[in-house]
Amino acid sequence: MSDWIIILGMGLITHSQRLSMIITSGRLTISEPLRRALRFAPPAVLSAIILPEMLQPGGQLDFSLGNERLLAGLVAILIAWRTKNMVLTVAIGMVTLWILQFINQALFGP
Amino acid sequence: MVHNERSQFLAGIRAELPIVLGVLPFGLIYGVLAVSAGLTPLLAVASSVIVFAGSAQFIGAQLIGAGAPALVIWATTFIVNLRHMLYSAALAPYTAHLPRRWQLLLGYLLTDEAYVVTALHYDRDHTPLENRHWFWLGAGLTLWTSWQLSTLAGVIFGTQVPASWSLDFTLALTFIGMVVPLCKYKPNLAAALIAGAVGVLTNTWPYKLGLMTAALSGIAAGVLLERRLGAQEDAS
Repeated sequence: MSDWIIILGMGLITHSQRLSMIITSGRLTISEPLRRALRFAPPAVLSAIILPEMLQPGGQLDFSLGNERLLAGLVAILIAWRTKNMVLTVAIGMVTLWILQFINQALFGP
Repeated sequence: MVHNERSQFLAGIRAELPIVLGVLPFGLIYGVLAVSAGLTPLLAVASSVIVFAGSAQFIGAQLIGAGAPALVIWATTFIVNLRHMLYSAALAPYTAHLPRRWQLLLGYLLTDEAYVVTALHYDRDHTPLENRHWFWLGAGLTLWTSWQLSTLAGVIFGTQVPASWSLDFTLALTFIGMVVPLCKYKPNLAAALIAGAVGVLTNTWPYKLGLMTAALSGIAAGVLLERRLGAQEDAS
């Protein structure tokens, strides 16, 4: 099956989900238990993407100080917790990552 | 205070701009990754218009590159984007009075980033209903434009950004900025922790099936803890 059909299918699914409740103007309703369950989809999905990024940057679990993404991610979590500021979270997280990469590079070479 | 169409539209753009900072590198990286995963440059750009959902596009590109079956890719898309049905339900009351073409347009623009600022604005603002959709349009179009331009830049110039800049990490950082504030509510924290742990344990599963498993585990954990704590602690 061609890649175009896959992408078109993905678009169809995504926009059916986005339009589901808007287009039906209340005729289609989500049952209360399902609605409550769906509220946990954002933290669950996003966290399932975040944690492997932090803990397994090379594909394997890495809890060492040499894992810059873990440390930078922890700093970002702290900033997000204290400030709820998206720009600060991304900016400080990236700067932390670059500083740690620079230090590791300087200490242990390429 | 004026609450006409123009002021609402501009307020939507202003509210969205800080989020664009995190989205631009993300789009750039998507462009790079999609092409290196084997999508043609045209398809990589077209998918930003057709799908217009960052995390689903990332995962889709990786899965297409890995040769996953279409059904697996579509099922993953559905699970990863389940949250959009919730956004749709939350904002539907504000679109009920609008003509169909407006509903289609606003639904198309209903991304995580547009939802976050629009829902917050609707909570605080007391503008008459008839002009509120202009805020949503402003926020949505701002994100749409920055996503298309950064994707295009990624496809064109992306190969020249050194991998050592680690710009791909902005995706995780943007998501951290979205998830962490939610975790003040304990069942959300449980959903995030369980999904994250299962995600790590199942990371090596083929075709990102681990991601679906992790998401469903996290949702189950949130539901169970909420049921245990009882409705009186419901923060929503």
